[in-house]
Amino acid sequence: MSRTIKLRKGLDIKLLGEAEKVKNTPQVTAFAIKPPDFHGLMPKLTVKVGDKVKTGSVIFFDKYQEEVKFVSPIAGEITEIVRGAKRKILEVRIKADAENTSEEFGIINPDSMDEEGIKKVLLDNGLWPFIKMRPLDIVARPNDKPRAIFVSGFDSSPLAPDYDYVLHGKTDAFQAGITALSKLTEGKVHLTTKANARHDVALTGVKGVQSSTIAGKHPAGNVGTQIHHIDPINKGEVVWTVNAVDVAAIGSSLLGGKYDSSRTIALTGSEIKKTEYIKTNIGASMASLLGDNIKKGDGDVRVISGNVLTGDKVNPAEGYLGFYHQQITAIPEGNEASFQLSGGGWLGSGTKKFSVNRSYFSWLTPNKKRKLNTNLNGEIRSFVVTGEMERVFPFDIYPMQLIKSAMYNDIDLMENLGIYEVAPEDFALCEFVCTSKIDIQDKIRQGLDVIKEECM
Amino acid sequence: MKSLEKFMRKLEPTHDSKWAKFHPVWDSLYTFAFTPGETTQKGSHIRDGIDLKRTMFMVIVALIPCLLFGMYNTGHWHYVAEGTAGGFMDHFGDKLIYGLIKVLPIVIVSYGVGLGVEFIFCIRNKHAIQEGFLVTGMLIPLIVPADIPLWMLAFATVFAVVLGKEVFGGTGMNIVNIALTARAFLFFGYPTEMSGDKVWMSGIGDMAKADIPEGVTGATQLGELASFSFPQEEWAYGAEAVANIQETAISGFQSAWPIWESFIGMIPGSIGETSVAAILIGAAVLLYTGIGSWKIMLSFVLGGLAIGALTQACAVNPYMLLDPINHMVIGGFAFGAVFMITDPVSGAQTSTGKYIYGFLGGALSITIRVFNGAYPEGVMMAILFMNVMAPMIDHYVIQSNIKRRLKRLKTA
Repeated sequence: MSRTIKLRKGLDIKLLGEAEKVKNTPQVTAFAIKPPDFHGLMPKLTVKVGDKVKTGSVIFFDKYQEEVKFVSPIAGEITEIVRGAKRKILEVRIKADAENTSEEFGIINPDSMDEEGIKKVLLDNGLWPFIKMRPLDIVARPNDKPRAIFVSGFDSSPLAPDYDYVLHGKTDAFQAGITALSKLTEGKVHLTTKANARHDVALTGVKGVQSSTIAGKHPAGNVGTQIHHIDPINKGEVVWTVNAVDVAAIGSSLLGGKYDSSRTIALTGSEIKKTEYIKTNIGASMASLLGDNIKKGDGDVRVISGNVLTGDKVNPAEGYLGFYHQQITAIPEGNEASFQLSGGGWLGSGTKKFSVNRSYFSWLTPNKKRKLNTNLNGEIRSFVVTGEMERVFPFDIYPMQLIKSAMYNDIDLMENLGIYEVAPEDFALCEFVCTSKIDIQDKIRQGLDVIKEECM
Repeated sequence: MKSLEKFMRKLEPTHDSKWAKFHPVWDSLYTFAFTPGETTQKGSHIRDGIDLKRTMFMVIVALIPCLLFGMYNTGHWHYVAEGTAGGFMDHFGDKLIYGLIKVLPIVIVSYGVGLGVEFIFCIRNKHAIQEGFLVTGMLIPLIVPADIPLWMLAFATVFAVVLGKEVFGGTGMNIVNIALTARAFLFFGYPTEMSGDKVWMSGIGDMAKADIPEGVTGATQLGELASFSFPQEEWAYGAEAVANIQETAISGFQSAWPIWESFIGMIPGSIGETSVAAILIGAAVLLYTGIGSWKIMLSFVLGGLAIGALTQACAVNPYMLLDPINHMVIGGFAFGAVFMITDPVSGAQTSTGKYIYGFLGGALSITIRVFNGAYPEGVMMAILFMNVMAPMIDHYVIQSNIKRRLKRLKTA
């Protein structure tokens, strides 16, 4: 029994540099696991520099929930622990060795396990952090009773990897992952796929899920949008979400009896010479993944782990792939001022700019794939224009009012306006269209932090 | 342009220089000339091409037809008052030049004074200068009569910018429309300069009564409509006779001022408000670019039409008999619908709220017009009143959303 959700609101930003469907496996020896990938985590290290680790060895755990462990994506030696302000741990760097040994926990058939058993396996072997929770958008808390688990079967963000391609051939792993997840909740496991599209058998043939389809522009693929339209979260409820690719990773780890950190990521963006898919592991170093694949033209390049809307800025020489990221995007850095009348200026024709409004002449070519840079295209201002966010925000929530309540920490109002249903990524398009250039995802995150502190 | 940018960068006052507090002034000039190379640091790495400067600039573009027609019309009515106007094209150049001479100083004073006040506050508050006044500075000249003394205009602009905006925290924080605040200040502070039959035709105030050609009253259509005496002696003349008097008055008005002429804008009035044709060009720009809210515009017009039709159906005074379509093209209704009530800061912010806000605004405009003899034009009051009411409308719209969410919790 599946139903189709139709979204009328949203926005597809068409960018240059979609990944071509060629797989490549570069040699990577440097890896890192980054505690800041897990928002709000207070890590307690169990290793020190010089220690030898196997794939699946615990690197750190959550200070406040010791059962949630974070493990090494690769076997090798801890080379460096990078700390930032107030000695916050930013990265634990690992140098891979030649023999790739793993911590083995024995092949597991999720069908024959109960809730406690699955939970223990996932927690002990570093598979737990793949599960995130809503509200708050943080790593799930093992003691919660989730009402349901949501898996989005596609990614609709700009230049996103094609999950059908990535999951091809992982049918068994995906099924095992879904089965394992279904043990963790008394509710349903929801799998939502794109309407009117052909999907890989991994997604269509899976059993034990409540499947739905969704039609519309981005953020149709965001799990938050899907939850809101299928079964919205109320105050006091918790649902868990897992990325479809991570479901397959959980499944293949269980079936293989060891932590499987391999993943296929998309190398995208207008500044990549040869866009492609790369087979690598979580936390691989950007330098080895990118190689000399970045265009050396005029000006700087921003490399993003993740997509252009929600990803993290990383240093192409020293950065590492994020834990939850399925793609790397490289776009031009827009750090040069442009004269008002030129193509990039505010009085110019704006043919190179992209806007949801039609105030620039770029509206004449709406389907053109663009090369957008990271320029703010303006200065930060107070909220002035209204109604623009509502056009790209397919929730029954008033975005601007919620953002404002998050800005002035009005907990009651945030609760009433639906803060429990949203994650920062749901506001990425609002942030994109905002005329006043306000960092909206950051404001929502701050609001969620207050809620976490006071209410959860 | 690289060299200009380098030059401007060189002029940038540093923190420790004695010019440090004038950094907002430098910043406004620099960002006017260049879109700075500021990049995204948090959240979305790419951003929409639009910014507040572009938004405001598009509104100004939309206002240009009104301004140009306003200049012509100012000249036209000056020559009407002198009795030598002729047709549309007669003395075209003269009319335009006369209008330019009249209107340009008003625009300059409005911008000069308003931006001056903005700069003072920005330097004081150490804020960057926000672009809100770019539009306000153009709106103010368009909603005053051409003969307004410049000192009065300056005074009103200072009042509006300081008390309408800066005391609340600047652009984006104001409660009521700033341009209308300026107009309301003039209207109540200097009623003789803002209403009656001495101000709407440029130069007519200085003319001897004898010099004015016969049939030219100097009043606007609204003034004329409001001046129709209210026949209360129904018991004396009988209902039929009264109805006849009313009919005669209104049909006389309608034949003197054909709707088509009012639509083109060949009527006396404030500088930019007369031509519905020019306003519609502006509306097209705003709606097509997506900057103006069609919801507010449409519902404002519908509200006006609804009340217009209602009053026409049960008219007790001649003004009420006026065709609702005619209401749309006279006075400031069209200008209010396109440029005033659509102000996003002082208007309703929720989608549903926008429909209610616009509808009530339009309805109230016509209500004030036809029922209140003291204020022949109701648009300004209606919009200011709705500005104050907008947060309440939004409040109830948002409450209904909250209730929906709570109900879901209860049924679940």
